[in-house]
Amino acid sequence: MQTLTEYGGFLWSGTLMTIVLTLGGCALALVMAFVAGLGRLSPVRPLKWLSVAYIEFFRGTSCLVQMFWMFYALPYFGVSLEPLTAGILTLGLNIGAYGAEVVRSAVLAVPRSQREAGIALNYSPLQRLRHIELPQAIPMMLPPFGNLAVDLMKLSAVASLIMISDLTFRAQLIRNSTGETLWPFLAILVIYFIIASAILAVVSLAERRLSAGREGVRGVS
Amino acid sequence: MTWSWDFTWQILPNLLAGLVVTVQATILGSLLAFTLGLPIAIARFAGGGWIRWPVAGLTEFVRRTPLLVQLYVLFYVLPDFGIALSPLTAGVIGLGVHYSAYAAEVYRAGLESVPKGQWEAAKALNYPLSSTFSKVILPQAIPPMIPAMSNYVISMFKETPLLSAITVIELMNAARIAANESYRYIEPMTMVGLLFLLVSFPASLASVGLERWANRRARD
Repeated sequence: MQTLTEYGGFLWSGTLMTIVLTLGGCALALVMAFVAGLGRLSPVRPLKWLSVAYIEFFRGTSCLVQMFWMFYALPYFGVSLEPLTAGILTLGLNIGAYGAEVVRSAVLAVPRSQREAGIALNYSPLQRLRHIELPQAIPMMLPPFGNLAVDLMKLSAVASLIMISDLTFRAQLIRNSTGETLWPFLAILVIYFIIASAILAVVSLAERRLSAGREGVRGVS
Repeated sequence: MTWSWDFTWQILPNLLAGLVVTVQATILGSLLAFTLGLPIAIARFAGGGWIRWPVAGLTEFVRRTPLLVQLYVLFYVLPDFGIALSPLTAGVIGLGVHYSAYAAEVYRAGLESVPKGQWEAAKALNYPLSSTFSKVILPQAIPPMIPAMSNYVISMFKETPLLSAITVIELMNAARIAANESYRYIEPMTMVGLLFLLVSFPASLASVGLERWANRRARD
């Protein structure tokens, strides 16, 4: 227990690094989810194929393999990334591919009549998306997005394998230097659990606020 | 540095041997997850409060913490308590326990999809609980679960590279060993990615096929 207070600050910096990875990854994943998810629905063929290729590639391979590839193989093509950049890029691109499928299915789940009403009112496709489809689709995306954010946070532990000093990396360092095993790992498991629960709480709060007055839309996912 | 085919062919046998371990770990892990998931689901679905809450709390804990750290616990912490597992055993148990929490959710959804009248009919016919499950409920509940389960098997397959962190020589570790011996990373890492795609892409097509099959069955 004495070591726990001694290493408290050390684990705290690890917690911050895990949060940085999670927030950075989530921001990129959110952008990629909308770009590729809407891209896949786009009538423009090349845009559609590019989105499908991105989604299938990142969903088809393992996150750890992608991260190692970015970190170890990319430098041979003249692109050297900092570990943190490689970590955030991989997490964001990987979860973004899963998010794209959420965006796509939520937009497709908006009732047809809504789109037809937009056409009848002479809205352009972009106006339809912006004013009719997305406002109804976004509340449906929130619960699966929350789960993906937790998945991303859990995947961020993988970044410890490319030398990013997140929680897992620091627990391993403590294990190596003190020989203690139980409490470092138990402590970081509890911290991960708290972060995951916080993410889910924030998402369910956002869900309640966004779906206020839209009872018909709520809960479809 | 350019791509060397000679080197690629030279490391390919080792990578394929690693792929075999990866597939083994996935199959054993899935079997464990399916086996453990069922009692968890039944406990959460039909158990009393004193069993439901601890099980619910434990599964949520497993679902909200990283698999990698759970593997470290199995591999580094348990030996201090006198339980030394081989790397592959620890890996299979880690995968199985982690995904049993997800499998339990699938079982629960499947069980809830069986109409209440079926339970009542089994009760009216004086079936004991065991045959209510084995003869009436599970045969109706399992087909709609197949697509979700097959998706989790594919996710598990993609998480097996984590076993390399606890020294299992699966595909990823075989590639890392090849890379460390030769200081060449492009070929091993790219080949690992391709081999993963080679297995997981047909597998995801197959799971879409299974889903169609299950839907057709459900409609009949």
